[in-house]
Amino acid sequence: MISFAEIKKSFLVSLWFVFLTFPIMVIRVNTIYKRVEWRWENMLLVGIGSFFFSFVWRYLLRRKELGRKKELAEEAGVRVTLWQRITEDRRIYLLVLAVVIAFIAAYPFVFSMYQTNIMISALIYIMLGLGINIVVGLAGLLDLGYVAFYAVGAYSYALLNYHFGLNFWLALPIGAAAGAFFGILLGYPVLRLRGDYLAIVTLGFGEIIRLILENWNEFSFGPSGIANIPRPWFFGIKMSLEQSSIFIYFLLIALVVFTIFVVNRLKDSRIGRAWIAMREDEVACQAMGIDRTKTKLTAFALGATWAGMAGVMFAAKTTFINPASFTIWESINVLCIVVLGGMGSILGVIFGALALILLPEYLRAFSEYRMLLFGFILVTMMVFRPGGIISATRRTYKFKSLDES
Amino acid sequence: MSWDFDYFMELFLAGLTRGSIYALIALGYTMVYGIIELINFAHGEIYMIGAFTALIVTGVLTLMGWNSVAILFIAAGVAVVYSSAYGYTVEKIAYKPLRNAPRLSALISAIGMSLFLQNYVLLAQTSDFLPFPALIPEFEWLRPWEHIVRSSQVVIYVTTAIVMILLTFLIKFTRIGKAMRAVSQDKEMAMLVGVDVNRVISVTFIVGSATAAIGGVLIASHIGQINFYIGFIAGIKAFVAAVLGGIGSIPGAVLGSLVLGWTESFFTGYISSDYEDVFAFLFLVFILIFRPSGILGRAESEKV
Amino acid sequence: MDMRKTFTVVIVGVFLVFSLVGISAAADTIKLGVAGPHSGDLASYGIPSVHAAEIVVKKINAKGGVMGKQVELLVEDDVCKPEIATNTATKLVSEGVDVVLGHICSGATKAALGIYKDAKKIAMSPSATNPALTQSGDYPNFYRTIASDDAQAQLEVDFALNNLKAKKIAVLHDKGDYGKGLAEFAKSFLEKDPRAEVVLFEGVTPGAVDYSAVVQKIKQSGADAVIFGGYHPEASKIVTQMRKKKMKTAFVSDDGVKDDTFIKVAGQYAEGVYATGPKDLSSNPMYNEAVEEHRKAYGDDPGAFYPQAYAATLALLNAIEKAGSTDYDALRKALQTNDVDTPLGKIRFDAKGDATGVGFSVYQVKNGKYVEVK
Repeated sequence: MISFAEIKKSFLVSLWFVFLTFPIMVIRVNTIYKRVEWRWENMLLVGIGSFFFSFVWRYLLRRKELGRKKELAEEAGVRVTLWQRITEDRRIYLLVLAVVIAFIAAYPFVFSMYQTNIMISALIYIMLGLGINIVVGLAGLLDLGYVAFYAVGAYSYALLNYHFGLNFWLALPIGAAAGAFFGILLGYPVLRLRGDYLAIVTLGFGEIIRLILENWNEFSFGPSGIANIPRPWFFGIKMSLEQSSIFIYFLLIALVVFTIFVVNRLKDSRIGRAWIAMREDEVACQAMGIDRTKTKLTAFALGATWAGMAGVMFAAKTTFINPASFTIWESINVLCIVVLGGMGSILGVIFGALALILLPEYLRAFSEYRMLLFGFILVTMMVFRPGGIISATRRTYKFKSLDES
Repeated sequence: MSWDFDYFMELFLAGLTRGSIYALIALGYTMVYGIIELINFAHGEIYMIGAFTALIVTGVLTLMGWNSVAILFIAAGVAVVYSSAYGYTVEKIAYKPLRNAPRLSALISAIGMSLFLQNYVLLAQTSDFLPFPALIPEFEWLRPWEHIVRSSQVVIYVTTAIVMILLTFLIKFTRIGKAMRAVSQDKEMAMLVGVDVNRVISVTFIVGSATAAIGGVLIASHIGQINFYIGFIAGIKAFVAAVLGGIGSIPGAVLGSLVLGWTESFFTGYISSDYEDVFAFLFLVFILIFRPSGILGRAESEKV
Repeated sequence: MDMRKTFTVVIVGVFLVFSLVGISAAADTIKLGVAGPHSGDLASYGIPSVHAAEIVVKKINAKGGVMGKQVELLVEDDVCKPEIATNTATKLVSEGVDVVLGHICSGATKAALGIYKDAKKIAMSPSATNPALTQSGDYPNFYRTIASDDAQAQLEVDFALNNLKAKKIAVLHDKGDYGKGLAEFAKSFLEKDPRAEVVLFEGVTPGAVDYSAVVQKIKQSGADAVIFGGYHPEASKIVTQMRKKKMKTAFVSDDGVKDDTFIKVAGQYAEGVYATGPKDLSSNPMYNEAVEEHRKAYGDDPGAFYPQAYAATLALLNAIEKAGSTDYDALRKALQTNDVDTPLGKIRFDAKGDATGVGFSVYQVKNGKYVEVK
């Protein structure tokens, strides 16, 4: 079954890994306590582990190659995905929808406050994911500083509330507007930049916003942050922590549904198509008469609006914000949601957000290895499914051939 | 602050130190980007692994009783070998399968690799800040200026200069260098004329990782402390430097790094260290507005 | 046909599985929550508190528990991040925790306190030194077994002025919540005092590649002493650079630096550095006993905030015992009216939540060890 050549290959791979990890895994030097520890058992672990792992890896790679070859061979192959199959059959679609709605509605009452809280976090990230999907997924602009708009939204609520007592409902649209404003502000200088230059500048902007918030104490209270941010107000009723969580949960569900609706409409609108065109080929889209500047700026602005709103929700939920919540890693997290879930596809973003938030919470048992696993999952997901879990399917139109009419 | 030549000189040299370290890392970024158009996020971690490997070797040797400058060379050598090995392996696992995938996927894979390596070292070693022994001895002839510049700084300057000269020599005058230039210009064409693209890419990663490892050993000796997280911050700064100078260009990487180092140093010295990073980023944006491909970047004409 | 059905079933099933993980069985025990960073780069600040709680609870359970019930530990990680801390706090509250030992970092504590306040749970921290936590009056449910930062800063300033006779002082910080807060207190105390002037007030970026520029600035400013707010990694880098440049400036710092790790990392350059820390406890027999217990159980010396966490656990459980219930108001009264014997000495708590009887001293590194300066 497994040929000798395969075994030899895996053996060589395992030898290589043992060599590679020898200093770091086997020897532990602690210059503080002047100790050197030799852990030979790790060598065995690495050797055996990598031996088996290389089999698995190669097998999966081969399967991926075969899958791709089949795809190319299928003539004009429109791969009908599972999702399409569901949506096509009306009855099944309605059934699934009904189950999902029932589940969502019952969730906070069935599960504990802790679970609801996690779901609230996940919903905020869904909003962020959908927002960045506009910029990165639809318009193809690599934005590594998305967290800046998130911070803007959160801080505008916190500061306006602190200075003027502004309540939550007013803050929500103001946060969105602030996000949009900063989106345009950021978009302007980067109009001429392409690809990776754009990435580094947006990353820089994200950092600039965070650093200003951290250092400009008079304005933003610096690293100690702003506390006692009120939760969303509901006709002046004083709500307990539990009730408040449920309220925020449903509020977020409403917001997310609203976001999905708007993004869906945007995707099919003129501006949406302009974004997709720009993503595919900037020069061609300009040749077709699409104003590149306007398209880019609207992409940034609209994408940032959702981040602003999500920021306001975040401030209301955690009641305490400080600049440490808005680092590069947050931007990277949101980006991962979109790429892992499937760029451009709304369902993919939802799955990505759920996975990204729920998994670490449920993996608390492995807390030490959490980040390690996360990095590993990212790499494997990308290697085996670069399009994400649910890849966006292009809108397809079937034309009845003239004979059949 | 009154004009003080000593002070200016110190800031200048501090900036030069920072810039040299950024340069050693930025070279790796720019070479990889030039060849496969990938921002290798994991590159900072290769630098960190270089520093750690050197620490481990030094620790073992010192505890065995050795005590001479030879330790520095052995540690550096071993660090270079291991970092190159890591660079090579990372490329084979995380980047090669994604050569034809969308750019963003490769980027996420790089980020995942960066996370993985950081935590790998954290778990296998420790989260503490480990002191790194000062392996570079104080030079006698430098004593009169010791308050301005130290021997470790001089070593850093000299090494960076040597590395840059060697690299330029490699790219311009050797066969593999020519192959690297060919692949970075047009991968398909290079394949058609018989260049082993896979080998060239591997060599690029190896060379880039080696320079980063040297940087890791030097900066660890200079600062005296290492920790699993140093790769991330240094990596971002070095990447900014590479972009500033024009990503894909080797002299650009060095120039961008020096400019960044001096900008940070003088800003801290004459204005305030609170906003030094803000200023550095704003400076980057400013340059990119006027030269969208970086200072020495090739002005890419868009082919229609 | 099958695929669609299986899909639905799988999705519902997956959600159900996730939810089951969260359901915990409630037993009739006293639940003590321990929250702090247990993973990541700040884990060394959080894990000793877990050890302290484990040791104390084991001892008390062996003696029959509190109010006849066994004490159960609920240990949760917050990685010192405020938004994770709120999740952690929510988790503990929904699992029915009675009192909480934590959190460790001031920022995370601030975030979590809102949740504990609404749920009417008492939280006691062994390490959150931000003064506003008790002095603002916003959190009547918060107590701590460590003195606050303004007391530390005052001590540092007094020491620099009275003992070191410094006239020009450079105040530095690491731009973090703790470090910057301390530095700002120090600055305001210095500005009120005519005997010295603040010649420099700067923040250093943690993790930067090189600190020579800031060190040059210190030299340029002509300062006699540096007051630094922050943790030992930055402190050791700054001190090393300063001494290598032959600067004789005195270096005074806080309890984030009064750690043996600082001495080990900075090596010879640590000599002569001053740092404030909790009063020396080596004369307290209970303290020595607690250290021994740690050595026996974990094979190593205890780490940061261990005695404070030990004391806090004792205080919390003692209050429950004395109050006869876990009721919020009864506990508050019990904490304020009863003395409890701890490794920190005999302590009780004032109305705002600070512990009386815990204070700071100044230490200096002499021959590789921190020695209290009388």
